[in-house]
Amino acid sequence: MSDDAPIIELRNVSKFFGPFQALAGINLSVVAGERVVVCGPSGSGKSTMIRCINRLEEHDQGSITVDGISLGEDTKDIRAVRQEVGMVFQQFNLFPHLTVLENLTIGPIRVRKMEKARAESLARNYLERVHIPEQAGKYPAQLSGGQQQRVAIARSLCMEPRILLFDEPTSALDPEMINEVLDVMVELAGTGMTMIVVTHEMGFARKVADRMVFMEAGRIVEVAPPSVFFTNPESDRARMFLDQILEH
Amino acid sequence: MHKTRKRLHWLDWLILAVLAGFVFVIWYRISGTLNYKWQWERIPNYILRWDEEDGRWVANLLLQGLITTIRISIYASILALILGTILGIARCAENLAIRMLARTYLEFLRNIPPVVVVFIFFFFLSEQFITALNIEGWARGIARQENNGVWEFFFGDMRLFPSMISGTIVLALFESAFVGEIVRAGIQSIPRGQREAARSIGMTWLDEMRFIILPQAMRKVLPPLSNQFISLIKDSSIISLISVQELTYKTVELVASTRMIFEAWLTTAAFYFILCFGLSLLFRRLEREGRA
Ligand SMILES: Nc1ncnc2c1ncn2[C@@H]1O[C@H](COP(=O)(O)OP(=O)(O)OP(=O)(O)O)[C@@H](O)[C@H]1O
Ligand SMILES: [Mg+2]
Repeated sequence: MSDDAPIIELRNVSKFFGPFQALAGINLSVVAGERVVVCGPSGSGKSTMIRCINRLEEHDQGSITVDGISLGEDTKDIRAVRQEVGMVFQQFNLFPHLTVLENLTIGPIRVRKMEKARAESLARNYLERVHIPEQAGKYPAQLSGGQQQRVAIARSLCMEPRILLFDEPTSALDPEMINEVLDVMVELAGTGMTMIVVTHEMGFARKVADRMVFMEAGRIVEVAPPSVFFTNPESDRARMFLDQILEH
Repeated sequence: MHKTRKRLHWLDWLILAVLAGFVFVIWYRISGTLNYKWQWERIPNYILRWDEEDGRWVANLLLQGLITTIRISIYASILALILGTILGIARCAENLAIRMLARTYLEFLRNIPPVVVVFIFFFFLSEQFITALNIEGWARGIARQENNGVWEFFFGDMRLFPSMISGTIVLALFESAFVGEIVRAGIQSIPRGQREAARSIGMTWLDEMRFIILPQAMRKVLPPLSNQFISLIKDSSIISLISVQELTYKTVELVASTRMIFEAWLTTAAFYFILCFGLSLLFRRLEREGRA
Protein backbone atom coordinates (compact mmCIF):
# COMPACT_ATOMS: atom_id res chain seq x y z
CA MET A 1 0.00 0.00 0.00
CA SER A 2 1.43 3.37 -0.94
CA ASP A 3 1.69 6.12 1.63
CA ASP A 4 -1.14 8.23 0.36
CA ALA A 5 -3.61 5.40 -0.16
CA PRO A 6 -6.43 6.25 2.24
CA ILE A 7 -6.55 4.33 5.52
CA ILE A 8 -10.25 5.19 5.79
CA GLU A 9 -12.48 5.53 2.81
CA LEU A 10 -16.22 6.23 2.84
CA ARG A 11 -17.89 6.08 -0.56
CA ASN A 12 -21.38 7.33 -1.03
CA VAL A 13 -22.42 6.19 2.45
CA SER A 14 -26.05 6.54 3.48
CA LYS A 15 -27.72 5.62 6.71
CA PHE A 16 -31.38 5.55 7.67
CA PHE A 17 -33.04 5.39 11.06
CA GLY A 18 -36.43 4.12 9.98
CA PRO A 19 -37.67 6.65 7.43
CA PHE A 20 -35.23 9.31 8.64
CA GLN A 21 -32.05 9.69 6.63
CA ALA A 22 -29.17 10.48 8.98
CA LEU A 23 -26.40 10.24 6.37
CA ALA A 24 -26.93 11.10 2.71
CA GLY A 25 -24.14 10.08 0.37
CA ILE A 26 -21.04 10.73 2.45
CA ASN A 27 -17.68 10.65 0.65
CA LEU A 28 -14.56 10.98 2.75
CA SER A 29 -11.01 9.68 2.49
CA VAL A 30 -8.48 9.96 5.27
CA VAL A 31 -4.82 9.05 4.81
CA ALA A 32 -2.65 7.57 7.54
CA GLY A 33 -1.44 10.15 10.02
CA GLU A 34 -4.03 12.69 9.00
CA ARG A 35 -6.01 14.65 11.60
CA VAL A 36 -9.54 15.47 10.58
CA VAL A 37 -11.86 17.60 12.70
CA VAL A 38 -15.58 17.25 12.04
CA CYS A 39 -18.01 19.96 13.02
CA GLY A 40 -21.56 20.97 12.25
CA PRO A 41 -24.87 21.69 13.94
CA SER A 42 -26.54 19.23 16.29
CA GLY A 43 -28.26 16.38 14.48
CA SER A 44 -26.19 16.80 11.33
CA GLY A 45 -24.92 13.20 11.51
CA LYS A 46 -21.39 13.71 12.87
CA SER A 47 -21.68 10.96 15.46
CA THR A 48 -23.47 8.66 13.08
CA MET A 49 -20.70 9.05 10.52
CA ILE A 50 -17.81 8.22 12.81
CA ARG A 51 -19.79 5.44 14.48
CA CYS A 52 -20.17 3.83 11.06
CA ILE A 53 -16.38 3.70 10.76
CA ASN A 54 -16.10 1.13 13.55
CA ARG A 55 -19.54 -0.25 12.83
CA LEU A 56 -21.27 0.78 16.01
CA GLU A 57 -23.83 1.78 13.39
CA GLU A 58 -24.43 -0.19 10.21
CA HIS A 59 -24.53 1.86 7.03
CA ASP A 60 -27.29 1.07 4.57
CA GLN A 61 -25.75 2.14 1.28
CA GLY A 62 -22.27 2.77 -0.10
CA SER A 63 -19.02 1.26 1.12
CA ILE A 64 -16.65 1.84 3.99
CA THR A 65 -13.07 0.56 3.85
CA VAL A 66 -10.80 0.76 6.86
CA ASP A 67 -7.16 -0.26 6.61
CA GLY A 68 -7.94 -2.32 3.53
CA ILE A 69 -10.89 -4.13 5.11
CA SER A 70 -14.34 -3.53 3.69
CA LEU A 71 -17.01 -3.31 6.39
CA GLY A 72 -19.89 -5.72 5.86
CA GLU A 73 -21.67 -8.48 7.70
CA ASP A 74 -18.53 -10.50 8.41
CA THR A 75 -18.01 -10.36 12.17
CA LYS A 76 -14.34 -11.30 11.89
CA ASP A 77 -13.73 -8.32 9.64
CA ILE A 78 -15.65 -6.06 11.97
CA ARG A 79 -13.59 -7.16 14.94
CA ALA A 80 -10.38 -6.78 12.98
CA VAL A 81 -11.35 -3.20 12.13
CA ARG A 82 -12.36 -2.45 15.72
CA GLN A 83 -8.94 -3.54 16.93
CA GLU A 84 -7.37 -0.98 14.61
CA VAL A 85 -9.84 1.79 15.41
CA GLY A 86 -10.07 3.16 18.93
CA MET A 87 -13.05 5.23 20.00
CA VAL A 88 -13.39 7.85 22.71
CA PHE A 89 -16.96 8.68 23.73
CA GLN A 90 -18.57 11.81 25.05
CA GLN A 91 -19.72 9.94 28.16
CA PHE A 92 -16.35 8.17 28.68
CA ASN A 93 -18.06 4.75 29.02
CA LEU A 94 -15.45 3.39 31.37
CA PHE A 95 -16.26 0.02 32.94
CA PRO A 96 -17.38 0.99 36.45
CA HIS A 97 -16.83 -2.43 38.00
CA LEU A 98 -13.18 -2.54 37.00
CA THR A 99 -10.24 -0.52 38.32
CA VAL A 100 -8.50 1.93 36.04
CA LEU A 101 -5.74 -0.59 35.40
CA GLU A 102 -8.25 -3.35 34.64
CA ASN A 103 -10.12 -1.02 32.32
CA LEU A 104 -6.92 -0.62 30.37
CA THR A 105 -5.76 -4.23 30.38
CA ILE A 106 -9.02 -6.00 29.60
CA GLY A 107 -8.74 -5.24 25.89
CA PRO A 108 -5.13 -6.35 25.46
CA ILE A 109 -5.72 -9.47 27.58
CA ARG A 110 -9.06 -10.60 26.16
CA VAL A 111 -8.82 -9.36 22.61
CA ARG A 112 -5.10 -9.33 21.87
CA LYS A 113 -4.48 -12.36 24.11
CA MET A 114 -1.59 -10.61 25.80
CA GLU A 115 -0.10 -11.88 29.05
CA LYS A 116 -1.34 -10.07 32.13
CA ALA A 117 2.07 -8.76 33.19
CA ARG A 118 2.83 -7.38 29.76
CA ALA A 119 -0.62 -5.81 29.49
CA GLU A 120 -0.13 -4.14 32.85
CA SER A 121 3.18 -2.61 31.96
CA LEU A 122 1.67 -1.43 28.69
CA ALA A 123 -1.25 0.07 30.61
CA ARG A 124 1.00 1.86 33.09
CA ASN A 125 2.97 3.20 30.18
CA TYR A 126 -0.16 4.74 28.65
CA LEU A 127 -1.41 6.04 31.99
CA GLU A 128 1.89 7.89 32.14
CA ARG A 129 1.20 9.27 28.68
CA VAL A 130 -2.13 10.72 29.82
CA HIS A 131 -0.51 12.04 33.02
CA ILE A 132 -2.35 9.97 35.64
CA PRO A 133 -0.03 7.07 36.53
CA GLU A 134 -0.98 7.37 40.20
CA GLN A 135 -4.67 6.52 39.61
CA ALA A 136 -4.15 2.93 38.42
CA GLY A 137 -5.76 1.28 41.45
CA LYS A 138 -8.85 3.48 41.66
CA TYR A 139 -12.32 2.88 40.28
CA PRO A 140 -13.67 5.23 37.59
CA ALA A 141 -16.27 6.71 39.94
CA GLN A 142 -13.45 7.98 42.16
CA LEU A 143 -11.98 10.12 39.38
CA SER A 144 -12.89 13.55 38.05
CA GLY A 145 -14.46 13.82 34.61
CA GLY A 146 -11.24 14.99 33.04
CA GLN A 147 -9.33 12.09 34.56
CA GLN A 148 -11.99 9.63 33.44
CA GLN A 149 -11.79 10.85 29.88
CA ARG A 150 -8.01 10.53 29.94
CA VAL A 151 -8.37 6.98 31.22
CA ALA A 152 -10.76 6.34 28.33
CA ILE A 153 -8.17 7.66 25.89
CA ALA A 154 -5.51 5.45 27.48
CA ARG A 155 -7.87 2.48 27.23
CA SER A 156 -8.15 3.04 23.50
CA LEU A 157 -4.40 3.48 23.17
CA CYS A 158 -3.72 0.19 24.95
CA MET A 159 -5.16 -1.60 21.94
CA GLU A 160 -2.44 0.15 19.94
CA PRO A 161 -4.84 1.22 17.23
CA ARG A 162 -3.82 2.92 14.00
CA ILE A 163 -6.84 5.21 14.09
CA LEU A 164 -8.60 7.04 16.91
CA LEU A 165 -12.14 8.37 16.69
CA PHE A 166 -13.32 11.01 19.15
CA ASP A 167 -17.00 11.86 19.56
CA GLU A 168 -17.20 15.19 21.36
CA PRO A 169 -14.68 14.08 23.98
CA THR A 170 -14.90 17.30 25.98
CA SER A 171 -18.61 18.08 25.79
CA ALA A 172 -19.49 16.34 29.05
CA LEU A 173 -16.68 18.00 30.98
CA ASP A 174 -16.65 20.95 33.34
CA PRO A 175 -14.86 23.88 31.67
CA GLU A 176 -11.80 23.68 33.92
CA MET A 177 -11.15 20.08 32.85
CA ILE A 178 -11.46 20.55 29.12
CA ASN A 179 -7.88 21.64 28.64
CA GLU A 180 -6.28 18.69 30.41
CA VAL A 181 -8.04 16.42 27.91
CA LEU A 182 -7.31 18.60 24.89
CA ASP A 183 -3.63 18.74 25.88
CA VAL A 184 -3.45 14.95 25.81
CA MET A 185 -5.12 14.94 22.40
CA VAL A 186 -2.67 17.52 21.04
CA GLU A 187 0.21 15.38 22.27
CA LEU A 188 -1.35 12.39 20.57
CA ALA A 189 -1.65 14.29 17.34
CA GLY A 190 2.08 14.90 17.58
CA THR A 191 2.78 11.16 17.52
CA GLY A 192 1.38 10.74 14.02
CA MET A 193 -1.81 8.95 15.05
CA THR A 194 -4.62 9.09 12.50
CA MET A 195 -7.44 10.98 14.21
CA ILE A 196 -11.00 11.90 13.39
CA VAL A 197 -12.34 14.26 16.00
CA VAL A 198 -15.89 15.50 16.30
CA THR A 199 -15.65 18.62 18.41
CA HIS A 200 -16.72 22.21 18.77
CA GLU A 201 -13.38 23.17 20.31
CA MET A 202 -12.20 25.43 17.53
CA GLY A 203 -8.95 26.33 19.24
CA PHE A 204 -8.00 22.68 19.22
CA ALA A 205 -9.11 22.35 15.61
CA ARG A 206 -6.91 25.26 14.51
CA LYS A 207 -3.95 23.78 16.32
CA VAL A 208 -4.05 20.17 15.10
CA ALA A 209 -6.42 19.73 12.18
CA ASP A 210 -5.07 18.97 8.73
CA ARG A 211 -8.58 19.27 7.38
CA MET A 212 -11.90 20.56 8.62
CA VAL A 213 -15.06 18.72 7.64
CA PHE A 214 -18.31 20.61 7.99
CA MET A 215 -21.53 18.61 8.02
CA GLU A 216 -25.14 19.56 7.78
CA ALA A 217 -28.30 17.46 7.45
CA GLY A 218 -26.43 14.22 6.79
CA ARG A 219 -24.13 15.67 4.14
CA ILE A 220 -20.57 16.90 4.06
CA VAL A 221 -21.02 20.50 3.00
CA GLU A 222 -17.45 21.67 3.07
CA VAL A 223 -13.95 20.25 3.42
CA ALA A 224 -11.07 22.71 3.82
CA PRO A 225 -7.79 23.23 5.64
CA PRO A 226 -8.37 25.13 8.88
CA SER A 227 -6.59 28.22 7.62
CA VAL A 228 -9.22 28.56 4.89
CA PHE A 229 -12.16 27.21 6.83
CA PHE A 230 -11.88 29.63 9.72
CA THR A 231 -11.08 32.75 7.75
CA ASN A 232 -12.93 32.28 4.52
CA PRO A 233 -15.40 29.41 4.41
CA GLU A 234 -16.94 28.72 1.05
CA SER A 235 -20.49 27.88 2.10
CA ASP A 236 -22.89 30.24 3.79
CA ARG A 237 -23.97 27.46 6.11
CA ALA A 238 -20.43 27.02 7.44
CA ARG A 239 -20.06 30.76 7.79
CA MET A 240 -23.27 30.99 9.84
CA PHE A 241 -22.24 28.05 11.96
CA LEU A 242 -18.84 29.59 12.69
CA ASP A 243 -20.38 32.94 13.51
CA GLN A 244 -22.63 31.22 15.99
CA ILE A 245 -20.03 29.22 17.86
CA LEU A 246 -17.20 31.76 17.68
CA GLU A 247 -19.43 34.52 19.02
CA HIS A 248 -19.03 33.30 22.58
CA MET B 1 -41.25 13.11 57.32
CA HIS B 2 -43.58 10.51 58.80
CA LYS B 3 -41.96 8.78 61.72
CA THR B 4 -42.72 5.14 62.45
CA ARG B 5 -43.99 4.83 66.01
CA LYS B 6 -42.01 2.49 68.21
CA ARG B 7 -44.47 2.36 71.13
CA LEU B 8 -47.85 0.63 71.18
CA HIS B 9 -50.96 2.75 71.15
CA TRP B 10 -54.24 1.72 72.86
CA LEU B 11 -55.61 0.77 69.43
CA ASP B 12 -52.66 -1.57 68.89
CA TRP B 13 -53.45 -3.23 72.22
CA LEU B 14 -57.05 -3.69 71.15
CA ILE B 15 -55.98 -5.35 67.90
CA LEU B 16 -53.59 -7.63 69.76
CA ALA B 17 -56.32 -8.55 72.26
CA VAL B 18 -58.77 -9.44 69.51
CA LEU B 19 -56.11 -11.61 67.83
CA ALA B 20 -55.30 -13.34 71.11
CA GLY B 21 -58.99 -14.06 71.64
CA PHE B 22 -59.20 -15.50 68.17
CA VAL B 23 -56.26 -17.82 68.77
CA PHE B 24 -57.78 -18.91 72.05
CA VAL B 25 -61.11 -19.82 70.41
CA ILE B 26 -59.37 -21.92 67.79
CA TRP B 27 -57.26 -23.59 70.45
CA TYR B 28 -60.38 -24.30 72.50
CA ARG B 29 -62.18 -25.80 69.52
CA ILE B 30 -59.26 -28.05 68.67
CA SER B 31 -58.73 -29.41 72.15
CA GLY B 32 -62.35 -29.26 73.33
CA THR B 33 -64.71 -29.93 70.47
CA LEU B 34 -62.38 -32.03 68.33
CA ASN B 35 -61.07 -33.73 71.41
CA TYR B 36 -57.56 -33.39 70.08
CA LYS B 37 -54.76 -34.69 72.22
CA TRP B 38 -51.59 -32.65 71.90
CA GLN B 39 -48.47 -34.79 71.90
CA TRP B 40 -45.67 -32.26 71.47
CA GLU B 41 -43.36 -34.48 73.50
CA ARG B 42 -43.22 -37.00 70.68
CA ILE B 43 -42.02 -34.53 68.06
CA PRO B 44 -38.30 -34.32 68.99
CA ASN B 45 -38.03 -38.05 68.44
CA TYR B 46 -39.07 -37.55 64.83
CA ILE B 47 -36.31 -35.04 64.35
CA LEU B 48 -33.42 -36.86 65.99
CA ARG B 49 -33.78 -40.46 67.06
CA TRP B 50 -31.47 -42.49 69.31
CA ASP B 51 -30.51 -45.63 67.46
CA GLU B 52 -30.21 -48.46 70.01
CA GLU B 53 -28.37 -50.85 67.68
CA ASP B 54 -25.68 -48.44 66.50
CA GLY B 55 -25.66 -46.46 69.71
CA ARG B 56 -25.80 -43.03 68.04
CA TRP B 57 -28.19 -40.26 67.13
CA VAL B 58 -29.70 -40.52 63.65
CA ALA B 59 -31.87 -38.14 61.70
CA ASN B 60 -35.50 -39.17 61.70
CA LEU B 61 -38.28 -38.28 59.24
CA LEU B 62 -38.48 -34.54 59.76
CA LEU B 63 -34.75 -33.89 59.80
CA GLN B 64 -34.21 -36.21 56.84
CA GLY B 65 -36.79 -34.20 54.97
CA LEU B 66 -35.23 -30.91 55.98
CA ILE B 67 -31.80 -32.04 54.82
CA THR B 68 -33.19 -33.17 51.49
CA THR B 69 -35.01 -29.86 51.12
CA ILE B 70 -31.76 -27.99 51.75
CA ARG B 71 -29.80 -30.17 49.32
CA ILE B 72 -32.38 -29.82 46.57
CA SER B 73 -32.68 -26.10 47.14
CA ILE B 74 -28.93 -25.62 46.76
CA TYR B 75 -28.64 -27.70 43.60
CA ALA B 76 -31.79 -26.29 42.06
CA SER B 77 -30.61 -22.74 42.82
CA ILE B 78 -27.33 -23.33 41.03
CA LEU B 79 -29.06 -24.93 38.07
CA ALA B 80 -31.76 -22.24 37.99
CA LEU B 81 -29.09 -19.54 38.04
CA ILE B 82 -27.32 -21.09 35.06
CA LEU B 83 -30.52 -21.68 33.08
CA GLY B 84 -31.95 -18.33 34.13
CA THR B 85 -28.84 -16.48 32.98
CA ILE B 86 -29.07 -18.17 29.60
CA LEU B 87 -32.76 -17.29 29.42
CA GLY B 88 -32.14 -13.71 30.46
CA ILE B 89 -29.51 -13.34 27.75
CA ALA B 90 -31.86 -14.95 25.25
CA ARG B 91 -34.57 -12.43 26.17
CA CYS B 92 -32.21 -9.63 25.14
CA ALA B 93 -30.95 -11.35 21.99
CA GLU B 94 -30.95 -9.57 18.66
CA ASN B 95 -32.30 -12.69 16.99
CA LEU B 96 -36.10 -12.60 17.03
CA ALA B 97 -36.57 -16.39 17.08
CA ILE B 98 -34.41 -16.76 20.18
CA ARG B 99 -36.22 -13.90 21.89
CA MET B 100 -39.60 -15.43 21.09
CA LEU B 101 -38.63 -18.85 22.40
CA ALA B 102 -37.47 -17.41 25.69
CA ARG B 103 -40.60 -15.30 25.92
CA THR B 104 -42.84 -18.29 25.24
CA TYR B 105 -41.15 -20.27 27.98
CA LEU B 106 -41.71 -17.47 30.44
CA GLU B 107 -45.35 -16.92 29.55
CA PHE B 108 -45.99 -20.65 29.72
CA LEU B 109 -44.70 -20.74 33.28
CA ARG B 110 -46.40 -17.54 34.30
CA ASN B 111 -49.85 -18.57 33.19
CA ILE B 112 -50.04 -22.19 34.26
CA PRO B 113 -50.40 -23.18 37.93
CA PRO B 114 -47.11 -24.32 39.44
CA VAL B 115 -48.48 -27.74 40.35
CA VAL B 116 -49.50 -28.41 36.76
CA VAL B 117 -46.13 -27.19 35.51
CA VAL B 118 -44.38 -29.51 37.92
CA PHE B 119 -46.36 -32.52 36.73
CA ILE B 120 -45.72 -31.64 33.10
CA PHE B 121 -42.01 -31.21 33.60
CA PHE B 122 -41.87 -34.37 35.61
CA PHE B 123 -43.66 -36.68 33.19
CA PHE B 124 -42.46 -35.13 29.95
CA LEU B 125 -38.88 -34.26 30.77
CA SER B 126 -37.43 -35.57 33.98
CA GLU B 127 -38.70 -39.11 33.81
CA GLN B 128 -37.72 -39.54 30.15
CA PHE B 129 -34.32 -38.14 30.88
CA ILE B 130 -33.77 -40.39 33.90
CA THR B 131 -34.85 -43.49 31.97
CA ALA B 132 -32.88 -42.60 28.86
CA LEU B 133 -29.64 -42.18 30.77
CA ASN B 134 -30.34 -45.20 32.97
CA ILE B 135 -29.66 -43.10 36.03
CA GLU B 136 -31.76 -45.49 38.10
CA GLY B 137 -29.43 -48.44 37.51
CA TRP B 138 -26.36 -46.35 37.93
CA ALA B 139 -27.51 -44.94 41.27
CA ARG B 140 -28.48 -48.38 42.55
CA GLY B 141 -24.99 -49.55 41.68
CA ILE B 142 -23.48 -46.83 43.82
CA ALA B 143 -25.94 -47.51 46.65
CA ARG B 144 -24.66 -51.10 46.77
CA GLN B 145 -20.99 -50.07 46.93
CA GLU B 146 -19.15 -49.96 50.24
CA ASN B 147 -17.38 -46.60 50.01
CA ASN B 148 -20.12 -44.30 48.86
CA GLY B 149 -19.68 -41.78 51.66
CA VAL B 150 -18.99 -38.84 49.35
CA TRP B 151 -22.03 -39.62 47.23
CA GLU B 152 -24.22 -39.95 50.31
CA PHE B 153 -22.91 -36.68 51.69
CA PHE B 154 -23.92 -34.78 48.57
CA PHE B 155 -27.04 -36.66 47.54
CA GLY B 156 -28.26 -38.58 50.59
CA ASP B 157 -29.59 -42.10 50.16
CA MET B 158 -28.45 -43.09 46.68
CA ARG B 159 -31.51 -45.26 46.15
CA LEU B 160 -33.53 -42.05 46.17
CA PHE B 161 -31.08 -40.32 43.81
CA PRO B 162 -33.23 -40.54 40.65
CA SER B 163 -36.23 -39.01 42.37
CA MET B 164 -34.09 -36.33 43.95
CA ILE B 165 -32.47 -35.44 40.64
CA SER B 166 -35.76 -35.16 38.84
CA GLY B 167 -37.09 -33.03 41.67
CA THR B 168 -34.07 -30.75 41.36
CA ILE B 169 -34.44 -30.46 37.59
CA VAL B 170 -38.17 -29.77 37.79
CA LEU B 171 -37.69 -27.12 40.43
CA ALA B 172 -34.81 -25.51 38.54
CA LEU B 173 -36.75 -25.44 35.27
CA PHE B 174 -39.63 -23.85 37.09
CA GLU B 175 -37.60 -21.16 38.85
CA SER B 176 -35.32 -20.45 35.90
CA ALA B 177 -38.08 -18.53 34.13
CA PHE B 178 -38.28 -16.06 37.00
CA VAL B 179 -34.52 -15.89 37.43
CA GLY B 180 -34.41 -15.20 33.68
CA GLU B 181 -36.73 -12.21 34.07
CA ILE B 182 -34.55 -10.82 36.83
CA VAL B 183 -31.39 -11.30 34.77
CA ARG B 184 -33.04 -9.67 31.77
CA ALA B 185 -33.95 -6.61 33.84
CA GLY B 186 -30.36 -6.46 35.04
CA ILE B 187 -28.90 -6.68 31.56
CA GLN B 188 -31.26 -4.02 30.26
CA SER B 189 -30.35 -1.68 33.09
CA ILE B 190 -26.74 -1.47 31.86
CA PRO B 191 -26.29 1.65 29.72
CA ARG B 192 -25.75 1.13 26.00
CA GLY B 193 -22.40 2.89 26.20
CA GLN B 194 -20.95 -0.08 28.09
CA ARG B 195 -21.65 -2.39 25.18
CA GLU B 196 -20.36 0.11 22.71
CA ALA B 197 -17.15 0.58 24.65
CA ALA B 198 -16.65 -3.20 24.85
CA ARG B 199 -17.34 -3.57 21.15
CA SER B 200 -15.14 -0.70 20.16
CA ILE B 201 -12.11 -2.43 21.65
CA GLY B 202 -12.95 -5.47 19.56
CA MET B 203 -14.43 -7.76 22.20
CA THR B 204 -16.45 -10.74 21.06
CA TRP B 205 -20.08 -10.94 22.05
CA LEU B 206 -19.26 -13.64 24.59
CA ASP B 207 -16.44 -11.66 26.23
CA GLU B 208 -18.62 -8.58 26.31
CA MET B 209 -21.26 -10.57 28.21
CA ARG B 210 -18.83 -12.32 30.50
CA PHE B 211 -16.58 -9.46 31.49
CA ILE B 212 -18.63 -6.31 31.02
CA ILE B 213 -22.39 -6.82 31.02
CA LEU B 214 -23.12 -9.77 33.31
CA PRO B 215 -20.80 -8.76 36.18
CA GLN B 216 -22.51 -5.38 36.36
CA ALA B 217 -26.00 -6.74 35.78
CA MET B 218 -25.68 -9.47 38.40
CA ARG B 219 -24.45 -7.05 41.00
CA LYS B 220 -27.50 -4.88 40.38
CA VAL B 221 -30.02 -7.70 40.69
CA LEU B 222 -28.54 -9.42 43.71
CA PRO B 223 -31.42 -8.40 46.02
CA PRO B 224 -34.26 -9.72 43.79
CA LEU B 225 -32.17 -12.80 43.00
CA SER B 226 -31.77 -13.65 46.66
CA ASN B 227 -35.52 -13.20 47.13
CA GLN B 228 -36.08 -15.59 44.28
CA PHE B 229 -33.91 -18.19 45.97
CA ILE B 230 -35.98 -17.90 49.11
CA SER B 231 -39.08 -18.41 46.96
CA LEU B 232 -37.40 -21.47 45.52
CA ILE B 233 -37.07 -23.01 48.97
CA LYS B 234 -40.76 -22.45 49.60
CA ASP B 235 -41.71 -23.71 46.14
CA SER B 236 -39.69 -26.86 46.75
CA SER B 237 -42.61 -28.20 48.80
CA ILE B 238 -44.52 -28.64 45.52
CA ILE B 239 -42.21 -31.40 44.38
CA SER B 240 -43.47 -33.57 47.23
CA LEU B 241 -46.29 -34.23 44.72
CA ILE B 242 -43.88 -36.13 42.52
CA SER B 243 -42.72 -38.18 45.51
CA VAL B 244 -39.46 -36.43 46.19
CA GLN B 245 -38.82 -37.18 49.84
CA GLU B 246 -38.27 -33.66 51.08
CA LEU B 247 -39.65 -31.96 54.15
CA THR B 248 -43.27 -31.67 53.06
CA TYR B 249 -43.39 -35.24 51.80
CA LYS B 250 -41.91 -36.54 55.05
CA THR B 251 -44.40 -34.53 57.06
CA VAL B 252 -47.29 -36.07 55.14
CA GLU B 253 -45.80 -39.47 55.93
CA LEU B 254 -45.44 -38.61 59.59
CA VAL B 255 -49.00 -37.36 59.86
CA ALA B 256 -50.32 -40.47 58.12
CA SER B 257 -48.61 -42.79 60.56
CA THR B 258 -48.99 -40.85 63.81
CA ARG B 259 -52.08 -38.61 63.36
CA MET B 260 -50.16 -35.71 64.93
CA ILE B 261 -51.60 -33.32 62.38
CA PHE B 262 -51.07 -30.04 64.16
CA GLU B 263 -47.71 -30.76 65.82
CA ALA B 264 -46.12 -32.12 62.67
CA TRP B 265 -47.29 -29.32 60.39
CA LEU B 266 -46.44 -26.59 62.88
CA THR B 267 -42.94 -28.04 63.27
CA THR B 268 -42.49 -28.20 59.53
CA ALA B 269 -43.75 -24.65 59.20
CA ALA B 270 -41.21 -23.60 61.80
CA PHE B 271 -38.44 -25.33 59.84
CA TYR B 272 -39.35 -23.55 56.63
CA PHE B 273 -39.71 -20.27 58.45
CA ILE B 274 -36.35 -20.48 60.15
CA LEU B 275 -34.65 -21.49 56.91
CA CYS B 276 -36.21 -18.75 54.78
CA PHE B 277 -36.25 -15.99 57.35
CA GLY B 278 -32.70 -16.79 58.39
CA LEU B 279 -31.56 -16.57 54.80
CA SER B 280 -33.37 -13.32 54.19
CA LEU B 281 -31.70 -11.80 57.26
CA LEU B 282 -28.37 -13.07 56.01
CA PHE B 283 -28.91 -11.66 52.51
CA ARG B 284 -30.01 -8.33 53.89
CA ARG B 285 -26.88 -8.16 55.99
CA LEU B 286 -24.59 -9.14 53.12
CA GLU B 287 -26.27 -6.53 50.98
CA ARG B 288 -25.68 -3.83 53.56
CA GLU B 289 -22.05 -4.84 53.90
CA GLY B 290 -21.63 -4.99 50.15
CA ARG B 291 -22.86 -1.44 49.86
CA ALA B 292 -20.63 -0.12 52.63
N1 LIG C 1 -30.45 5.35 17.17
C1 LIG C 1 -31.12 6.32 16.51
N2 LIG C 1 -32.41 6.16 16.21
C2 LIG C 1 -33.09 7.13 15.55
N3 LIG C 1 -32.56 8.29 15.16
C3 LIG C 1 -31.27 8.50 15.44
C4 LIG C 1 -30.48 7.53 16.14
N4 LIG C 1 -29.23 8.04 16.29
C5 LIG C 1 -29.25 9.24 15.70
N5 LIG C 1 -30.44 9.53 15.20
C6 LIG C 1 -30.81 10.75 14.48
O1 LIG C 1 -29.88 10.93 13.44
C7 LIG C 1 -29.54 12.29 13.32
C8 LIG C 1 -28.05 12.45 13.37
O2 LIG C 1 -27.63 12.13 14.66
P1 LIG C 1 -26.14 12.27 15.17
O3 LIG C 1 -26.09 11.81 16.57
O4 LIG C 1 -25.24 11.64 14.20
O5 LIG C 1 -25.95 13.85 15.11
P2 LIG C 1 -24.74 14.70 15.62
O6 LIG C 1 -24.29 15.50 14.48
O7 LIG C 1 -23.74 13.83 16.29
O8 LIG C 1 -25.42 15.65 16.67
P3 LIG C 1 -24.92 16.14 18.10
O9 LIG C 1 -24.06 17.31 17.86
O10 LIG C 1 -26.20 16.53 18.79
O11 LIG C 1 -24.23 15.00 18.76
C9 LIG C 1 -30.26 13.02 14.42
O12 LIG C 1 -31.39 13.67 13.88
C10 LIG C 1 -30.69 11.96 15.37
O13 LIG C 1 -31.94 12.28 15.94
MG1 LIG D 1 -23.13 13.52 18.30
